[in-house]
Amino acid sequence: MKKLLLGASAAIAMFAVTGAQAGTLDDVKAKGEVACVVSTGVAGFAYTDADGNWKGFDADFCRATAAAVLGDPNKVKFVTSTGKTRFTILNSGEGDVLWRNTTWTYVRDVDVKLAFQGVNYYDGQGFMVPKKLGVSSAKELDGASVCIQTGTTTELNLADYFRSNGIKYEPVPIETNDEARTNYLAGRCDVYTTDASGLAATRSTFEAPGDHVLLPEIISKEPLGPATRHGDDNWSDVVRWVLNATVTAEELGVTQANVDDMVKNPGKNSEINRLLGTEGELGAMLGLNKDWAHQVIKAVGNYGEIFERNIGPKTPIGLERGLNALWSQGGLIYSPPFR
Amino acid sequence: MSSIDMAGGPPERNPIARLWYDKETRSIIMQILTIVLLLTFFGVIINNAVENLRLLGKTFSFSFLWTEASYDINQHLIEYTSTSTHLRAATVGILNTLLVAVCGIILATILGFIMGVMRLSPNWLINKLVYCVIEFVRNVPVLLHILLVHGLVVHALPQPRGLPDWANFGDLAFLTNRGLFMPSPIFEGGSSAILIAFIAAVGFSWWFKRHAKKIQDDTGRVLPVFWVSVGAIIGLPLVAYLVTGMPIGWEVPQQSTFNLRGGMVIRPEFMALWLALSVYTACFIAEIVRAGILAVSKGQWEASQALGASRGLTLKNVVIPQALRVIVPPLTSQYLNITKNSSLAIAIGYMDVVATIGGISLMQTGKEMETMIIVLMFYLIVSLLISAVMNWFNQRIKLVER
Repeated sequence: MKKLLLGASAAIAMFAVTGAQAGTLDDVKAKGEVACVVSTGVAGFAYTDADGNWKGFDADFCRATAAAVLGDPNKVKFVTSTGKTRFTILNSGEGDVLWRNTTWTYVRDVDVKLAFQGVNYYDGQGFMVPKKLGVSSAKELDGASVCIQTGTTTELNLADYFRSNGIKYEPVPIETNDEARTNYLAGRCDVYTTDASGLAATRSTFEAPGDHVLLPEIISKEPLGPATRHGDDNWSDVVRWVLNATVTAEELGVTQANVDDMVKNPGKNSEINRLLGTEGELGAMLGLNKDWAHQVIKAVGNYGEIFERNIGPKTPIGLERGLNALWSQGGLIYSPPFR
Repeated sequence: MSSIDMAGGPPERNPIARLWYDKETRSIIMQILTIVLLLTFFGVIINNAVENLRLLGKTFSFSFLWTEASYDINQHLIEYTSTSTHLRAATVGILNTLLVAVCGIILATILGFIMGVMRLSPNWLINKLVYCVIEFVRNVPVLLHILLVHGLVVHALPQPRGLPDWANFGDLAFLTNRGLFMPSPIFEGGSSAILIAFIAAVGFSWWFKRHAKKIQDDTGRVLPVFWVSVGAIIGLPLVAYLVTGMPIGWEVPQQSTFNLRGGMVIRPEFMALWLALSVYTACFIAEIVRAGILAVSKGQWEASQALGASRGLTLKNVVIPQALRVIVPPLTSQYLNITKNSSLAIAIGYMDVVATIGGISLMQTGKEMETMIIVLMFYLIVSLLISAVMNWFNQRIKLVER
């Protein structure tokens, strides 16, 4: 009997897994890749091109994270998720970081136990309708069928907004942006509602984008940003400062084109030198290499460049900087100092 | 190897080995070992879950069920708004699942029996046609059927604005890509009399059937049970309706800016799920029915025909009752399949229990463990209930040996 007990306790000891690890940074370094949770496909933000490569605003921030930690922007494993699966994927450890048009809210931060690391896109929820309906305001949508991505904040905003305005509607729940597009174009719903950036991105993929209008009402604040697991401060710091590095780089005029030169011939601006690791030990404090921010800018450019390349006015998405201009240019994009 | 003694004498074993070679002790040891391993396994799983929740700083509690759900559900059989609780949302989802499961079971059974009998038809064309349909349908995954039907409804049917005449049934019912709109009854005072009349008619039919059987047993006279029952079930409520002064009004769907308004609607999501699940499962049931009928020995057919019974009568009164004994057990698992497959609703946005409590509520509250436990328990209970009912039915129809 004693032997039996011994065997059993040995079995228990063998199986006793610790579960959710606290040190994601060490894990990522050991794995040699960043598991980055993105959406299943939103034009301009995260989508695969004809060759199957991930492209877009969110995808670039995934690459920036990999460049900072591993020195190689291609060491990213893209993990796709729907609005409903994303937090489970992150919290179960299948993903290391979430760069996926995710709105920072109180409940998600406090109760769902995510840790939001800043805002990389200030958005708001809008409505898109076919022009031929002749609707000019969301208040005229009484009785409409509305396509809505299920499990998102937009779903809750929609219910709140229509209830407070006494508007009746039929919600048509949809899993992914692609399905929403199909159902909207087939006329299963009259209206598609999601973040205004997402609407612009979706409209850009239509055959006749001009036949559809965005209504003037923006019914919510949707600060979109990266999230990590609650209670992993070291890794959270890394993600937060990757975002801050791109913003600071734009502010200081560091671009993909001139960053190598700035590292080779350090100038007199100490903040640029600290950012790029030619001065001070900021990298080591984060547990990264000295040149982590240099690698980030070299890989994807500064915030402005990422924006212009993927979703700016010259792309089919055609979004203006608006709220997402630097604070010094009338926007909200702001980074704490590198000091 | 102390167990084999080459010297030929009785093998000498140390006490522990002797325990092992004793059949009874060994079986006890094995059982203890199995139980310990099993408990260890579950212990580790539970411990792991508790530990992970603690590391994430999450608590385990069902109190979120009483907080506001704040999302809307398009199809709700009971009163529901976005201010209702998560518990209410779960109930709405559960009812939607049960609705599609019950409707699916009924339609699949009817279709399955018809196709199964047709499969045995001596008519070559019917026989082979049904054979092709069955083989095609049941060899394509059910998810594809669901997506196909949903796609057909949404893309092929006309939109509610500018509805063509063929989709407008006398300005009463309308077939659109947002569903089949139909008039809904409005019950006014006195309509309870109609319900009472209906219940009375059903009761009468049941009594009449027993009475007719008794007369047939006694005198051999056959009474028209079917037509009398139909007459009673339709006629009695109709009389009550007229006597009480026609208390049921109808709300007919009306055109509005975006949609048809008022009345009842069968949504494309329900249609797709219901039809696809029913047809898919019906093909399996057809094969089960065919096997069941073939299992009845040929002598039964011949004996019945020797008594002068027609093919239809033979099938109804001689063959099917015996075939049921073979049909019912596999039929039970098909019913379970329909119920469980209804969770594929998620692919087309039908708001079943997985989509509501196991989907949106899970997302909004972050209570993965709790919501999943609710969903699992629901499916478990429903499956066990279906099994229990079918086992009871199986007991009733089993061959009574004398």
